[in-house]
Amino acid sequence: MSFFKKLKESIAAKTEAVTNVFKEGLAKTRTALVEKVEELITRRKKIDEEFYEELEEILIGADVGVTTVMQLIDELRDEVKKRKIEDAAELQPVLSEKLVAMLKGEDNPKLAYAPEGEITVYLFVGVNGVGKTTTIGKLAHKLKSEGKNVLLAAGDTFRAGAIEQLEVWGERVGVDVIKQSSGSDPAAVIYDAVQAAKQRKVDVLICDTAGRLQNKTNLMEELNKIFRVIQRELPSAPHEVLLVLDATTGQNALSQAKLFGEKSGVTGLVLTKLDGTAKGGIVIAIRNELNLPVKLVGLGEKMGDLQEFDSEQFVHALFAGLIQKEEQAENN
Amino acid sequence: MAAFESLTSRLQSVFSKLKGKGKVTENDVTEAMREVRLALLEADVNFKVVKDFIAKVKEQAIGLEVSKSFTPGMVIIDIVNKELTELMGGTQAKLAKANKPPTVIMMVGLQGAGKTTSSGKLARLLQKSNHKPLLVACDIYRPAAIKQLQVLGEQIKAPVFAMGDQVSPVEIARNGLQFAKDNGHDYIIFDTAGRLHIDEALMDELKQIHAIVNPDEVLLVVDAMTGQDAVNVAQSFHEQLELTGVVLTKLDGDTRGGAALSVKAVTGKPIKFAAMGEKIDSLEPFHPERMASRILGMGDMLSLIEKAQAGIDAEKAAEMERKMRNAEFTFDDFLEQMEQVRKLGPLDQIMDMLPGMGKLKGNMKDMKVDERQLARVEAIVKSMTKEEKQNPDLLNHSRRKRVAAGSGVTVVEVNRLIKQFDDMRKMMKQFSSMMGPNGPKGMKGLKGGKKGLKGLMGKNMKFPF
Repeated sequence: MSFFKKLKESIAAKTEAVTNVFKEGLAKTRTALVEKVEELITRRKKIDEEFYEELEEILIGADVGVTTVMQLIDELRDEVKKRKIEDAAELQPVLSEKLVAMLKGEDNPKLAYAPEGEITVYLFVGVNGVGKTTTIGKLAHKLKSEGKNVLLAAGDTFRAGAIEQLEVWGERVGVDVIKQSSGSDPAAVIYDAVQAAKQRKVDVLICDTAGRLQNKTNLMEELNKIFRVIQRELPSAPHEVLLVLDATTGQNALSQAKLFGEKSGVTGLVLTKLDGTAKGGIVIAIRNELNLPVKLVGLGEKMGDLQEFDSEQFVHALFAGLIQKEEQAENN
Repeated sequence: MAAFESLTSRLQSVFSKLKGKGKVTENDVTEAMREVRLALLEADVNFKVVKDFIAKVKEQAIGLEVSKSFTPGMVIIDIVNKELTELMGGTQAKLAKANKPPTVIMMVGLQGAGKTTSSGKLARLLQKSNHKPLLVACDIYRPAAIKQLQVLGEQIKAPVFAMGDQVSPVEIARNGLQFAKDNGHDYIIFDTAGRLHIDEALMDELKQIHAIVNPDEVLLVVDAMTGQDAVNVAQSFHEQLELTGVVLTKLDGDTRGGAALSVKAVTGKPIKFAAMGEKIDSLEPFHPERMASRILGMGDMLSLIEKAQAGIDAEKAAEMERKMRNAEFTFDDFLEQMEQVRKLGPLDQIMDMLPGMGKLKGNMKDMKVDERQLARVEAIVKSMTKEEKQNPDLLNHSRRKRVAAGSGVTVVEVNRLIKQFDDMRKMMKQFSSMMGPNGPKGMKGLKGGKKGLKGLMGKNMKFPF
């Protein structure tokens, strides 16, 4: 059985709603990446230097990342030599296979939870303007609708209006927000929130933090302090430190993942704004160059558009056109 | 991220085998251009823009005479740098001014680019040149966006016009404009909601606001970290709203900011401002020529020199230099010098601006300059008596113990500092005898500052990594 067919069967077992969210959210990436590659292959037929160059451009254009692209192209060159491929069409399955292999991970994308009866703590970190607060709002909504008792901590005491923004989300979703005044020590806010979480016996505490650029040493140390405060109060926490990445970001995303990873013990990534751009390619780069699993993806502006990342769904949505074709070929 | 080798060193390795050749051949150029292409792509310049750029540079470089004093690599870099600067817009562009006030500015862009923050910063910049800006809160969608603008307005004491989030942005814009006219504001800044360039309904709303307020400036706010998509965003906003300029934000990060080049190339509009930090004062006029070298990974020497010139008192620097040359340098001078260096800004920011430092930092993993260590050094020196500062030789063991107690450090640390200080003095003496009395002028201030820094960070001094 072909890979795509297996994939399709496994997808069929999942809810259609989720499949559709992925398909719609990744429509732009699909056009920019997979369909362009297909077009190139039908147009160019022959594998020569120009072919490689154009392929390189398509991949880079989707923000797959220079290092990953170079690696991919080199591997393709080897395969072409080894298997004596001359026709571009024969290269298609090889390329898809390679892309899929990069996207597929062994890791478990599910969010970690504390054992029954204990408080689960999620800490959100990231640079400015990636959508941390919005993601927290959406995640709170998701958890609450799963019947969990959620509490939010307004740890962004720096940016004007950040606390209010989280409060509005709290109201919308119907969960409480622990806050202090703007400008106060974020670690103190988080401390309060942990205490409140203990008292109120909530299931999940989600902590917001101010956006910070990863090269600002002091601000990164501040994160470290917040991390320590949580750990001291609840030794098994935080259960996830989620780095929020804006999918429109280019190569700097890798630097962000690396530095935040070193300073705040990031356990997973959240990719936001994937719907608006053709840049799902960064997922491939991150998978390939970093050891961090993507846990959540933001595929739209609606509350329900935050989804747990599912590499099968992702690949399925990305290669939808190819899968359909293969099916038709089989039916004939 | 893979450790990035600066383009300079990469090109030099390409050209090392070509030394002594008189002309740059086509093969040389092709090889060099491969490196340039990679450097630009790694900096997130859009691949189409890169393609055009490479073609242009290639044309110029082939057959070029190489004079003896330059390596072919340097000649190519020079062409690349010049061409890049040209593409970036050559010289700095100023904000438009309406014949009849108020001058109307519209801020547009994607979500999270930094429109609201930039609006506040721009208002602050205008205030500094004695203008009376009005901020108008047209973002009714993002929770607390209006509140954010109001807080920023309060910080800088600029009025903010808001009508809550139940009124349409078009209506708010209309009323805001009237308010500015009635109250004698000479600049009016409209903060709009972030939106995707493909969101037709929201783009229509922007067009309506545009029609009503008839802006003198439509500034696209772009995150400097944006990847390949920057081109599509800029193009789409430009087609629908006729941009007049760009504000580049989050440039204080470690991104190389290739998006700047992409945006400039597709819109043809100048980048007018760059946001360089978290503080409200951190919006600066944009310098295209500096961005060019940053994208190439060659550091931002010009900014550093300018900062040094602004921060260091020329007269004091001259006096300091004289003292150094005569080895009269004392702990008092040392303190003063530290302050001068500090005026340049946080040390790690200074390091970021030095070419090659990016690479160094990467290699050493997280080399971080600990500002607290500097404070400790300062405390030690300040715990000395006047005489001791003037004549460090006085510092015997018992005095050192007192100094340690006074500054809350161990004697070991005091010893280390004094040792370093002595080394520094020796070094300076050697250095000044080498340089002769007429060192290069104009750079004096910087040199003094840098040398002090070097002494402070000499091989014996370890920063707590």
